[in-house]
Amino acid sequence: MSGAGHSSPTILRVNGVAREVASPPERLLLDVLRGELRLTGTKRGCGIGVCGTCTVLVDGVPRLACRLPLGEIGEREVLTIEGLAGHDGTLHPIQQAFIDAGAIQCGFCTPAMVLRAKALLDRRPDPSREEIRRALGPVLCRCTGYHQIVAAVERAAHVLVRGKT
Amino acid sequence: MDIGRLQLGTSRLRPARPRDHSRRGIRIGPHRAGSRLPARRGSATVTVMVQRVDAVEKVTGRALFADDIVAEGMLFAVPLHAAHPHARIRVLETAPAVEVPGVVAVLTAADLPAATRLGTIVRDQYILAGDRTRYQGDVLAVVAAETEAAARAGAAAIRVDYQPLPVLTDPQAALAPGAPLIHEERGTNLIASYRVRDGDPARAFATCTEILEREYRTSWIEHAYLEPESAIVTPEPDGSVTVRGSVQLPFNARRFIAQACGLPLSRVRVIQATLGGSFGGKDETINLICARLAVLALRTRRPVKSTYSREESMRESYKRHPFLVRSRLGVDANGKMQALDIEMTADGGPYCTSSPFVIWRPTVQCTGPYVVPGVRCDTRAVYTNNPLTGAMRGFGSPQFNFACESMVDEMAHAIGLDPVEFRRRNFFTQGCRTHTGQHLDNHTVSIRQVMETALERTGWAEKYARCGRGTPGPDGRAYGIGLACCYRGVSLGAEGADFCSAIVHVQPDASVLLQVGVSENGQGLKTAMTHIAATELGLPASQIRFLDTDTSHVPDGGPTVASRGTIVGGNAVLIAVARLKEMLEPLIAERIGALPEPRDATEATAAGPPGTTAGPPATAAGPPTTGTGGEPAGYRYTGGRIHHPVTGESIALNEVVAAAAEHRLYLQAFGSWAAPRVSWDEERGRGHAYFTYVYSCNVAEVTVEAATGKVRVTRLIGAHDPGRAINPEMVRGQIYGGLLMGMGLALGEHYPVAEGIGQVGNFDRYRICRAHQAPELEALIIENPDPAGPWGAKSIGEPANELAAPAITNAIFHATGVRIRSLPLQPEEILARWQR
Repeated sequence: MSGAGHSSPTILRVNGVAREVASPPERLLLDVLRGELRLTGTKRGCGIGVCGTCTVLVDGVPRLACRLPLGEIGEREVLTIEGLAGHDGTLHPIQQAFIDAGAIQCGFCTPAMVLRAKALLDRRPDPSREEIRRALGPVLCRCTGYHQIVAAVERAAHVLVRGKT
Repeated sequence: MDIGRLQLGTSRLRPARPRDHSRRGIRIGPHRAGSRLPARRGSATVTVMVQRVDAVEKVTGRALFADDIVAEGMLFAVPLHAAHPHARIRVLETAPAVEVPGVVAVLTAADLPAATRLGTIVRDQYILAGDRTRYQGDVLAVVAAETEAAARAGAAAIRVDYQPLPVLTDPQAALAPGAPLIHEERGTNLIASYRVRDGDPARAFATCTEILEREYRTSWIEHAYLEPESAIVTPEPDGSVTVRGSVQLPFNARRFIAQACGLPLSRVRVIQATLGGSFGGKDETINLICARLAVLALRTRRPVKSTYSREESMRESYKRHPFLVRSRLGVDANGKMQALDIEMTADGGPYCTSSPFVIWRPTVQCTGPYVVPGVRCDTRAVYTNNPLTGAMRGFGSPQFNFACESMVDEMAHAIGLDPVEFRRRNFFTQGCRTHTGQHLDNHTVSIRQVMETALERTGWAEKYARCGRGTPGPDGRAYGIGLACCYRGVSLGAEGADFCSAIVHVQPDASVLLQVGVSENGQGLKTAMTHIAATELGLPASQIRFLDTDTSHVPDGGPTVASRGTIVGGNAVLIAVARLKEMLEPLIAERIGALPEPRDATEATAAGPPGTTAGPPATAAGPPTTGTGGEPAGYRYTGGRIHHPVTGESIALNEVVAAAAEHRLYLQAFGSWAAPRVSWDEERGRGHAYFTYVYSCNVAEVTVEAATGKVRVTRLIGAHDPGRAINPEMVRGQIYGGLLMGMGLALGEHYPVAEGIGQVGNFDRYRICRAHQAPELEALIIENPDPAGPWGAKSIGEPANELAAPAITNAIFHATGVRIRSLPLQPEEILARWQR
C-alpha cells in the first residue's frame, strides 16, 4: 500500500479498528475519513475550522478533522459518529436522547453535536445547562436554535448518571 | 368591528378567547349559526409525539447527503466565478485548463446544447455567462476533472479578460432614467411591481390627528445552511440523466435540467438527497448547478459531481432581499389606524429569481394584522449588480414586518398609547375585511388570542413597567421588552397553482409505501406525512415507508416553499388514504358486515370523491362538523385492525390485504388535493389572496450595555397559531430555530457588500448565533384547527422566522429610547444616539 517507497502505510485507529490508509500524512483527517474510508458521517461545512461539523473525538477530545493532518494523529484513537452505536445497532444513550428530545432537523450538524456531547459527558457527567451550551458552542446549527439539542444533552446526562429513565 | 367583547380598554392581561372558537389545544367545536367553516379534514383527534422517521439515520451518520454519494468513475467539477460583478468578457480562454493533467472537460456558454438562460418565473439567468457578467456569482466555466484538485487547478488556469462596466448598486439609481440596463431586452431595470388601492387614503389622512412618516431598511442575509450545495449527475444508458442533489425543489431542478440539456422531462430524474438545510436557499441556484453538471455528464458520458466550498456557495447563492420601506401611517383621535401609504423597494440583484413573489407577499400583507380603511401600497423589485437575492424563509415578510411593527410601536409612542393597547384597538377581528377586500371569515382570526397568550406567559405588564427608557440600571445595562405581531397567508396564494398529490401503496404484507409530491427539507415533512398516513390507517409509523421525492415516481406537487408542505402534502395523503379505504370497504363488509345506511355525510366529504379532489372553496358553505361527540359511521382503523362502528367486530388489516389479492385488486391509491380558490386583481390589488392565514406574536427581552451600546437578547418567545400542531415537538423545533434565525436579521448577521462584491465568504465573518450565545427561547403553540388543513394544521416554518427582529428593536427602544430603523443594528449607532 505504500507509495513510491518513501513512506510506510499509515495505521489509523478509528472506531476501535486499526485501519491501514494510503493517504499521505499531510492529508487532512476529514478527507481521509470521507474520501478514503468512506466514513461520511463527518461533515464539511466550512473547510476552515469554524462550523464544527467535522468534529471527531481523538482520544476523547473534540478535534476539527478539517484542520487536522493525518500524520498528527499517531497512535491515538479516533472516534467518528459511525463508531458510537453498538455493533448490534443499539444507539448510544446520547443518540437516543437526541431523538427523544426532538433535537434533529436537517441532521447535518447532528454527528458533531452528538460527539461534542459525548466528550462533555465523559468528562463532566452532570453538567450545568451553561456548561452544555459552552460545550456545544463550537458547532453551528442553523435549524434548531439549539434549544432541543441542549435539552437532549441534559436528558442524556440524566440517563447516563442515573441509569434508565 | 365587534372589538368590545375582546375586553378592549382593560389592562387585564389574560388571553382573549373569542367565544365561538376553540381554546388552546382543544379541537374546534360546533360553529355558531351562520358560520361558514367547512368540515375539518381527517379523523385524528389526538396529537402525539412521533419520532422523526429519519432520526436514526441522521443520528448515526448514515444519512446520505449529496456529497456523501459517489459513483464509479465520477468526475469532479468546479465553477469559475466572475471576478467583476459587471463586465464585458473580452476573452475567455479555456485551452490552458484543458492542458492541466486530469482535466476532462471545460464547459462554457458556447458549449450549451439547448437553452442559455433559465429561471423559475422569468428565464433571465444565464446558465453560463458568455459575453458579460452581471454579478459576483455568474459562472463563466465549469471544469470537470478526475480529481477535485485537478479541477481546481484547471479553473485557476482559465484566462479571462474583463472590461469592467459601471456597477449598479443602488435600486433607486437603477430605476433612474438613463441608467444602464442589466437586461436590455427587458427595457427596464424594474423586475416587477405590485399595488393596492383601498378606500380613500388622501381623505383618510385628512381625518388623522397624528401622522408619522418613516423609512426602514434591511440588508442581505445569508441562508447559512450548513451543507454547501452539492449534486451528482449520472448519464444513463438510454440517454436520460439521474440527478441526486441537495435540492429543495426537485421538480424545479428537473425543469431547469431538461431545458438546459434539451431533454424531455421524462428523461430527467431528480432524486432528493438528504438536505442539509435550505430555508429557501436551495430552490434555484442549485438547479442551475445541476443543469451545468447534467450537460457535462451527457458530454463526457461519465457521472459528474460538484460540491461547493463555502466560499463558492456564498458567492453564487442568492441572499434575502434588502428592503427599503417608506411608510406613512395616520391614526385618528381614538388611536385607530385610518390611512397607510407605503412603498417597498427590494434589491433583486441581477436576475429575477422569485423576486416578484417576494414583493407580492408583503403587498398583500402590507397593513400587518390591523384594519386600515385607506391604503395605498406600491412595491417593486429592481435589477442591480449586487449579490443575487431570492427566496429565503419568510419571503419578504421578515423585512416588511420589521418596518410594520417598528412603525406600529413608533405610532403608539407618538400618541402616548401603550404598544399593546394600540395593537388591541386595531387588530383584525373575526370576519373583518382586509385592504385587498378579503373577509377573514373562513378560519379563526386569532391574532389577539395569540398576542395575549404571549403577553401573559411573558409577564409583560410587570416587565414593561420596568423598562429602562433611556436609563441604565446599576449594572450599567438598560433593560427592555418588546413585541411584534403579524399574520401570514398560507401556501402560495395567488402566486401559483396550488395542488399536490400522494400515492399510498399497500404491500402484500400490509406494510405501506408512501410518496408525496412535496419534499423533506429537514423540517420533518417525511415524519408529518408518515404520521398522518399511519394514524389514518391505524398502523404504527414503522410500517409506513416514506420514499424520498423522486421526480419520475410521483407527480409534481409544486414547490415545497411558503410553509405549504404540511397543508398540501397532508391533505393529499388524507385523500389517498380515503380512496384506499374505499377500495377496502367491500372486502371488509364481506367479512365483518356492511356499514349501516345512510353513511355520515361528514365522513364522505372528508374522504372526498375519487379522483382529483378540490378542497372546499374558502367561501363555500361546508357541512356542519360532527363535533367532538359525533360518531363517524365508517370503519375504524386502529391497532392494525379494522373495526365495525356498530357491532365492534374487527378484522386484521393484513387479512383484508390478503383478500384483495384474491379479488385481483391492487391496493395502491392516488390522492390529489387542490387548494381552495384564490384570486388577485393586479390592477387594483384586490382579491382573495390566500385561502387561509396564520397569526403570530414574538416577544423579546434585551439588555443594552450603556458603555458600549452592545445588545444582549436574553429571551425570545414565539407564540404561534399553526392551526394544529401535528407533532408539537417538531413545531417547537421550527419556532426555536426560526426565532434564532430571525434574531440574526436584527443583529449578529451581516453580509456587507462593496461595489457588488460580498465582503465575507465564510462563517468566520458571517457569524450565526452559537449555542452559548443563544437567548432563552420559548415556544407557545395556540391551536385553532383550520378547516382547510389536514387535521386542522396550517403552517409554521416561515411564521416562526419573521418577527424576532422587530420584537428586538422595539425592546431596544423601550430600553434606551433609541429607535433602530436600519438593520443589522450597530452598537455604535445605539451608543451615538442614546441620550442619557
